[in-house]
Amino acid sequence: MVAGIFFWTKGLIDIDRRIHKFRQGDAHILLDINSGAVHLVDQMIFDVMDLFDGSNDDDVRAELAERYSPAELDEALSELHELIDAQLLFAPEIDVPPTFKQSGIVKSLCLMVAQDCNLRCKYCFGDGGSYGARGLMSAEVGRAAVDFLIKKSINRRHCEIDFFGGEPLINMKTVKAVTQYVRAREIDSNKIFKLTLTTNGMLLNDGAIDWLNDNNISVVLSLDGRKEIHDAMRPDSTGRGSYDRARANFKRLVDSRGGSNYYLRGTYTRRNLDFTNDVLSLHDAGFDVLSVEPVVLKDSPLGFTSEDLPRIRDEYDRLTEAYLERRRAGRGFFFFHFNVDLSNGPCVAKRLSGCGAGHEYFAVDVNGDLYPCHQFVGREGYRLGSVFGGVDDPRGLQDYFRRSHVLNKPKCRECWARFYCSGGCHANADLFNGDIRQPYEVGCEIQKKRLECAIYVQAVVGRVD
Amino acid sequence: MKHIQTINKPTLQSSMKSGGCGECQASCQSACKTSCTVGNQVCERQSK
Ligand code: SF4
Repeated sequence: MVAGIFFWTKGLIDIDRRIHKFRQGDAHILLDINSGAVHLVDQMIFDVMDLFDGSNDDDVRAELAERYSPAELDEALSELHELIDAQLLFAPEIDVPPTFKQSGIVKSLCLMVAQDCNLRCKYCFGDGGSYGARGLMSAEVGRAAVDFLIKKSINRRHCEIDFFGGEPLINMKTVKAVTQYVRAREIDSNKIFKLTLTTNGMLLNDGAIDWLNDNNISVVLSLDGRKEIHDAMRPDSTGRGSYDRARANFKRLVDSRGGSNYYLRGTYTRRNLDFTNDVLSLHDAGFDVLSVEPVVLKDSPLGFTSEDLPRIRDEYDRLTEAYLERRRAGRGFFFFHFNVDLSNGPCVAKRLSGCGAGHEYFAVDVNGDLYPCHQFVGREGYRLGSVFGGVDDPRGLQDYFRRSHVLNKPKCRECWARFYCSGGCHANADLFNGDIRQPYEVGCEIQKKRLECAIYVQAVVGRVD
Repeated sequence: MKHIQTINKPTLQSSMKSGGCGECQASCQSACKTSCTVGNQVCERQSK
């Protein structure tokens, strides 16, 4: 064989559907997609895996003869065959639709208790919190939603309700009434409810804080990072920045619950592509359970296009290093998207089944109308009935959502991230492509980069700890 | 192994046989709710 005129053809298996390899930091990482095995490999294995398909050892030897000695290549190939035998490399494709012991159960509801807000965030997708129809949810609607969930969750024990808006604390009256009702019905229905409330913090006074703690409500707190970024993005209705008030209130709340049962979450936009500084700023502000995410906006100067991707990828590299640096220095923090459990993640059925919107998860608007999720509230053609009359869905939308799992989305079927992502956000797919089965591409690229960083973080942490 | 270090004990293939019990949370992926991609979730059965 004359070097340079060798043509390698793929064997019987499609390697791109079986493995994903990437460099991150100082590591070469090989993910075996269908087993979930993650291998840290050296440069030689990394090169071999450009060619190797499990059965073409001689071709690999010939092609790489100038770079590595025969003995080295023998060693590499023998280790790779060992992985294949252990089903940790080229594991067979998983191509069965998600099966659950039960289907047709509702797990969670998002209650839009207030379609109104005391802030005017520049990136709000809900039209200033109103979702096109300003109003507050009555206690009656809230209680009917609880009844609907108890009935529809059949014999599933765990139920979840998220108080959302707008700003839910504007309607504390209904939040309290619903909570009281949940706690009473938990007993007679033998269910366990998890309650969460997402807030901008403006109305978090001592009374509200005590009540949230006493009633075991998890909280998601919105703070965008540096003061100047937060204030520019999250002004109140008079145009005044909200950072100082939000931060002070969040700090009191978090301290009062011993630093547990909360997430501090921020949004980054095209304005702060250096968002590592915002993550670190949240940490420096005294919080250590963090999540910061890309805004999703179409035709907006704040939203992203594919041109922003190189910069975003670089920034995730920076964030990864900053995260590890603080960890090594003994003052680490929890960053939601780096927290991937590579050994004990969910079962395949769960991984393939998608987010649950529109069949096991619904949003309930102020009038009690059901939508596939909070982002669909008010979107033409997506009303799915009401908590009073139940699901009313002549077009079979609910079933369409249920069947819109990873294996039914052409792009996801081919994607290496399919078992970690589960198919992206339906609302974003609908917004950008008018089809919930066609994922929002910029979101996919960010997701995949974020996952590479997460896998690397887990690999490095595993190596050091 | 000299050139490869496997860092996890994955359960993807074995979980295929058992099917899902369905007790885990829905996994909203909307950014405004801290997109709970399944990769970030744990299995309810194992966490008990
Ligand atoms: S990253 Fe995109 S293509 Fe890949 S699984 Fe997720 S939604 Fe599907």
